[in-house]
Amino acid sequence: MLILMVAAVVLLLSVLPMARLMWELVAPQSGTAAQSLTKALSAGSTWTATWNSLQTGVAGTVLAMVLGTTTALIVSLTDVRGRGVFVFLYVIPLLIAPQVTALAWLQLFGPASPFLKLIGMAPPLGSRNPLYSPGGIILLLGVQYGPMAFLMVRAALRRLPRELVEAALSGGASRFTVLRTIILPLITPALIGAAALVFVSCVGNFGIPAFLGIPANYLVLPTLIYQKLAGAGPAVLTEVTILSIVISLIAMAGIVAQDFLSRRRDYRITTTSLPPEPFGLGRWRILVEAGLAALILAVLVLPLTGLTLTSMITAIGRKVVLSELTLANYGFILTEHAATPRAFVNSFGLSLAAALVAVMIAVPLGYMIAWQRNRWTRALNLSIELPYALPGVVLAIASLLLFLKPIPVLGIQIYNTIWIILFAYCARFLVLALRPTIVGYQQIDRALEEAAQVAGAGLMTRLRTIIFPLVAPATLAGGCLIFLTALSELTVSALLWSSGSETIGVVIFSFEQGGDSAFASAVSVMTVIATVALMLATNLFARRLPNGVLPWRD
Amino acid sequence: MAGLKIDGVTRRFGEFEALKQVTLEIGNGEFVAVLGPSGCGKTTLLRAIAGFEKISEGSITVGGAEVSGPGRHVPPEARNVGIVFQNYALWPHMSVAENVGYALKVAKVPRAERGRRVQEALDLVDLGAMGERRPANLSGGQRQRVALARCLVATPSLVLFDEPLANLDVHLRAAMEAEFADFHKRTGTTIVYITHDQAEAVALADRIAVMDHGRLIQFATPQELYARPANAMVAHFIANGIVLPATVLGEEQAGKVLVDVLGEQVVMDCPPGTGPRPAGVCLRPADLRLADSGGIGVAVKRAVYRGGGFRIEGHPVLRPDLEIGFDLPDPARLAAGEVARLAITGGWVLPAGQE
Ligand SMILES: Nc1ncnc2c1ncn2[C@@H]1O[C@H](COP(=O)(O)OP(=O)(O)OP(=O)(O)O)[C@@H](O)[C@H]1O
Ligand SMILES: [Mg+2]
Repeated sequence: MLILMVAAVVLLLSVLPMARLMWELVAPQSGTAAQSLTKALSAGSTWTATWNSLQTGVAGTVLAMVLGTTTALIVSLTDVRGRGVFVFLYVIPLLIAPQVTALAWLQLFGPASPFLKLIGMAPPLGSRNPLYSPGGIILLLGVQYGPMAFLMVRAALRRLPRELVEAALSGGASRFTVLRTIILPLITPALIGAAALVFVSCVGNFGIPAFLGIPANYLVLPTLIYQKLAGAGPAVLTEVTILSIVISLIAMAGIVAQDFLSRRRDYRITTTSLPPEPFGLGRWRILVEAGLAALILAVLVLPLTGLTLTSMITAIGRKVVLSELTLANYGFILTEHAATPRAFVNSFGLSLAAALVAVMIAVPLGYMIAWQRNRWTRALNLSIELPYALPGVVLAIASLLLFLKPIPVLGIQIYNTIWIILFAYCARFLVLALRPTIVGYQQIDRALEEAAQVAGAGLMTRLRTIIFPLVAPATLAGGCLIFLTALSELTVSALLWSSGSETIGVVIFSFEQGGDSAFASAVSVMTVIATVALMLATNLFARRLPNGVLPWRD
Repeated sequence: MAGLKIDGVTRRFGEFEALKQVTLEIGNGEFVAVLGPSGCGKTTLLRAIAGFEKISEGSITVGGAEVSGPGRHVPPEARNVGIVFQNYALWPHMSVAENVGYALKVAKVPRAERGRRVQEALDLVDLGAMGERRPANLSGGQRQRVALARCLVATPSLVLFDEPLANLDVHLRAAMEAEFADFHKRTGTTIVYITHDQAEAVALADRIAVMDHGRLIQFATPQELYARPANAMVAHFIANGIVLPATVLGEEQAGKVLVDVLGEQVVMDCPPGTGPRPAGVCLRPADLRLADSGGIGVAVKRAVYRGGGFRIEGHPVLRPDLEIGFDLPDPARLAAGEVARLAITGGWVLPAGQE
């Protein structure tokens, strides 16, 4: 019974869209598969975009890995102070939508940059913003996903048993030798796994290349798909399906590599030992701490300051005078611009609904995956991971294909309504609630459920009265993560929105495309404030959570 | 309350047989301990009775109704058995009273009656005043008693204990042992009690089922296990009996027979029908006496003082490959290197094929 329900949900949310995508290759909307295939694959733009995607993906991954690994090593292995604060601040860029990051950096470096003007270093008007380039995209991908690498490497370092390090130290090895010969080899699987995930995220990113690449006419696969769809609408669906399959293949290479490597690692060996004693940095400590602070300044404070300043000036390009800063832009978008308040309502509603749905599904689903191990659970887990692991454009296109025509039998049309976005969000983000739920289950003693079972409670009663209360904190933390991620999401909604169902991400994107950076910044600032406020709020009940379900909590 | 019949139960995990043809019949109101070394299948047996494990072969009958059998598996929630878990498994998000009343709530017992029965159960375990506390605020022994009350309140036909004392310290163990015995006397419930501690099993149980490698080796009263173990493993496991190789010289007469143990000729107890053959014999402290001359020579390897006497470890002079250990009460002394002479006054011949 439960198994059937859960299977139906997974089928609907994960398997169906992917199957529909594949079906398009067999029986396309228009023409034959062979025609569309030759058309898509012979177009020069396809290969340019593929090449660009690979280029920015690989370089962005390298940058993110260097940043993330270095900071993780410093934070985990040395005696720097203020770790909790650093982790919280450093993880924020990961939770700020990529397009907001892009916008913030653009405001920082452009010739119109109020910040550079304030300190009198603005380049001459009319010169190009240096970020409108492949280099800019790579830099921002590194900044955006450095924290992702950081979190994964840090988790691996925490699992490192101290005995291994101490044995080497007492064997006479210097600290640097220990790092090189013991620590790095031991965390190599985690490094490779992190690199694979970061690569997949970089390749699938839409917000950053959309803001930095489109103006320079430098297209990657997601932005190429967007441009084609925005230009010609559903007519080109078959063609963009093929493009989305190309991007899926690239991402899959990353996922398969990651899966292969992680399978050789035994997660079940969890040592009860404490993590290694931090290395004392001595006189260098203050310098290293200053370096970390500078990093936060560069990746978080400066861009956000630029963003805030832009949102508070009325005429871009004029001299910036502190006394002239105003909140007028906020007033305008909130009261006179119809779409913005609507977008806020839409995005809040969508995020909340997606989080709730995911929480409700994750509890029984996690139960099956974590506690009722059988041959289906692996397949189940994989099919839920897939919509999140694959780039957002892929899922958006699958949803389009699925709902372009009214739903058979029911005859309901959800294309061009907000519901198609909700469907895509649920499919894409379910795994974010599922993962912490599974962690939660693994930390609960199974006997607690068995005790209820011998007391005569059936499965539904047990889920309601015993299991849900016990895993709820972990699952709700996942729900918060979904809410934060969905709030300013752009990739999916950029392809699925219609008039009336704009999301915050779409509004920011449209403002920026229309040249209204100030308005775009104002909306972004409000989103950032909401995000950080929510992160802080969840920290309040973090004490009751299993370790490691809130990424921004050390 | 009900009897329990386990008939030819086998449980396989892939190729591995965790239970092999276990057959066991437990009477109504009996207190049975299941005893055996780690990994012998005790927990698996208990989980099969409770319904958490499906069995591969055989059948399990509780109170005359088959609950597990070929093509039949009653789910745990419908079996009306109670379990006291090793780590208590109290629900941390409920108060003590809520924990205890859970089964009644699930069974939709009206609120007033539920309150009364919860109070009764808590009184029974001396926790009448603690109903509002959270499990986290209780001591280990108190938690164990809440677990006991929780399993009692639903008046199960059968109560299963899985090493309920393993997490407690020595003093608390003794107290809880007394409490379990008392509890059994008052309620008359059928109890299956899993443990790997033979002292605990001997102290509590009417009968003990000794298991090894998934097999039931012997099912008998503690006295029987002590005096007439079925094989060397039982002899060792129960009160650390000494097992020595021997030769049966004559034919059994009135349960006794003449045996040669390392050159000593002794009359011992034996299973009916024992005839001349090589056999293992089990010796208990009462069967041994330190002698000045005669008896078997034992080269002392180690003497460890254990309060009230020495524990002597050594090997027979004639058979240096064998180990022999016994207790030597104060004030007698033996030091390593000495040769002690042990006179054997009795013993038990292990059944054929069970050296
Ligand atoms: N789910 C399972 N899959 C495979 N093997 C299992 C499983 N459960 C138990 N076993 C094996 O069955 C054997 C018996 O296990 P069981 O837990 O019943 O032992 P036990 O007598 O309770 O031991 P202990 O005193 O250590 O608790 C062990 O060898 C164990 O490895
Ligand atoms: Mg066990």
